[in-house]
Amino acid sequence: MSPRPGVTSGLNNQRSNVNRLSAENVTLAYDQRVIAEQLSVEIPDNSFTVIVGPNACGKSTLLRALSRMLKPSAGRVLLDGQVIQSMPAKQVARTLGLLPQSSIAPDGITVGDLVGRGRYPHQGLLRQWSAEDERVVQESMAQTGVAELADRYVDELSGGQRQRVWIAMALAQQTPLLLLDEPTTYLDIQHQIDVLDLCADLHEEQGRTLVAVLHDLNHAARYATHLIALRDGRVIAEGAPKDIVTAELVERVFGMRCQVIDDPETGTPLVVPAARRARDRVGAATEAS
Amino acid sequence: MKNPAAKTPARTGRVLRTPGGLSVRVDGRTVTVVVLLLVAALAASVVLIGTGDFPIPAGDVLRTLFGAGEPGQEFIVRELRLPRVLVGLLVGASLGLGGALFQAISRNPLGSPDVLGLGQGATAGALIMIVLFSGSAAQVTFGALVGGLVTGFGIYVLAWKRGVHGYRLVLVGIGVSAIVTAVNGYLMTRADIVDASRAVVWMTGSLDGRDWDQVWPLLVLCVLLVPLCLANARGLRMTEMGDDVSYALGVRVERVRMLLLVAAVLLVAAATAAAGPVGFVALTAPQLARRLTRAPGPNLLPSLCMGAALLVTADWLSQRVFGAGRLPVGVVTGVLGGLYLLWLLVTERKAGRI
Repeated sequence: MSPRPGVTSGLNNQRSNVNRLSAENVTLAYDQRVIAEQLSVEIPDNSFTVIVGPNACGKSTLLRALSRMLKPSAGRVLLDGQVIQSMPAKQVARTLGLLPQSSIAPDGITVGDLVGRGRYPHQGLLRQWSAEDERVVQESMAQTGVAELADRYVDELSGGQRQRVWIAMALAQQTPLLLLDEPTTYLDIQHQIDVLDLCADLHEEQGRTLVAVLHDLNHAARYATHLIALRDGRVIAEGAPKDIVTAELVERVFGMRCQVIDDPETGTPLVVPAARRARDRVGAATEAS
Repeated sequence: MKNPAAKTPARTGRVLRTPGGLSVRVDGRTVTVVVLLLVAALAASVVLIGTGDFPIPAGDVLRTLFGAGEPGQEFIVRELRLPRVLVGLLVGASLGLGGALFQAISRNPLGSPDVLGLGQGATAGALIMIVLFSGSAAQVTFGALVGGLVTGFGIYVLAWKRGVHGYRLVLVGIGVSAIVTAVNGYLMTRADIVDASRAVVWMTGSLDGRDWDQVWPLLVLCVLLVPLCLANARGLRMTEMGDDVSYALGVRVERVRMLLLVAAVLLVAAATAAAGPVGFVALTAPQLARRLTRAPGPNLLPSLCMGAALLVTADWLSQRVFGAGRLPVGVVTGVLGGLYLLWLLVTERKAGRI
């Protein structure tokens, strides 16, 4: 089961031994539609990495590849030095958790039962529900603030509560790495911040490595410790938000003029889009050229 | 509500744990439902054995089954009626389990083998044997089995697009069903009157004249497949949450689905080969079982028991009301199931799911 150093050589291989999760020169495609080519990404251990970029830049696709939902048509995704597709499904599921964009709650399932399903990779035919499972489920529900909802049906909950329940399920999986695909979509602002605060807690207090795709650049800049900016399937910049978020970068990635100021609350970069007139002038200029 | 909720276990049901670290989850309500359904199925079987032109009281039936009956009754019970009832129990169980598997895989209560055209496929196989070859009973059974398997395989191939998905499976199944029904219609026009009447009786689904020859293959298949399906039920339960979530949790979604789909096709094809396309048991049994257990998940074991109980009860009803050998059991299940399907469509529509 150990990675085999020496079988493949070169710089890439050495790099991948540094961090637990990485993508090496992957080509990502749905059928014939190529989303990204020769894309390489490292997820720094113990980071809260956020992937940002305009619609259809391939950020969710990259997350799907990192979580082995999508098999790269070339290149490879490495988890702990092994090609992720070659690893046993349950072993991956004990290391890396994923909260997809859309999840279906089965009819008539209670919160406690749904969170309990996160224990699947730790269970077997003859080890269906250990005392440890029970403890972890209680803990996960307490952390996400849904313990009081344990006996309620998931269909009855509000959007914000439901998202917390799904996060609790992913937590019950007890993975050191947790991937979240747009965890704040469809939530109002207060619940968005709630969920992001929860993510920050998981990262800071429990030392989990988090990777999230976020739409809101300001949320990303405020919460991420490591930012990856994508455009057209390529990494435009990566690093700490403070180091890389500039007006120039935002224009290159999103094609939008803006000012970047200090967030008065946290001191992180805050992107303020330029007023419409200023943007119109840019638009007219680029179209003319 | 707030305080006790935080203290009660996160799950309903009980957990049995051994010192060795083994643990098994048991849902009290599900166990009760399974036991009651088993009792109902067996009780109906005993009554059914006693029913016919030569009625036997239930007590005598039991005594004979346990080897202490009169020689005259012994022959009727053991050789004539017991195999028929066993075929009924096994066919019902196979259809109940097969239906539950299909509905869980397609994530749709309408995704049952009746709707997907497996019954029609088996019928086509049987008709080919009856009409084109004037085949024996064994050949007809074989034809039905092959017809069901070929249809199941065809639906799978047509519905496969980077995995099998619920609605695709149902829609492709409905299309295949329509085509095969047309083929069956054509075969009937080619039949002479003797073959045609034989075909019509077969197509209704009947337990008349079933003997030990039908019992053994079905029993062997059930003994092999039922444990296999139950062992994979946990993985199947997870797929309810969508492919991404279940895959992320370590379920090999496509493998579980493929395995269970093959098992379901085998069960339904074998059941149809033994008793003809008995309608609607596969559709109704899982839904009724689910309403009794009120548990999420595929409810495989309760559906199996419900199927067995339903079929034997329907057979008893058809004999009791219309007399032995007059009305095939498929007519009764068809009428009951049709009513149920209407009700299901109305409630699903009200709930905004279709």
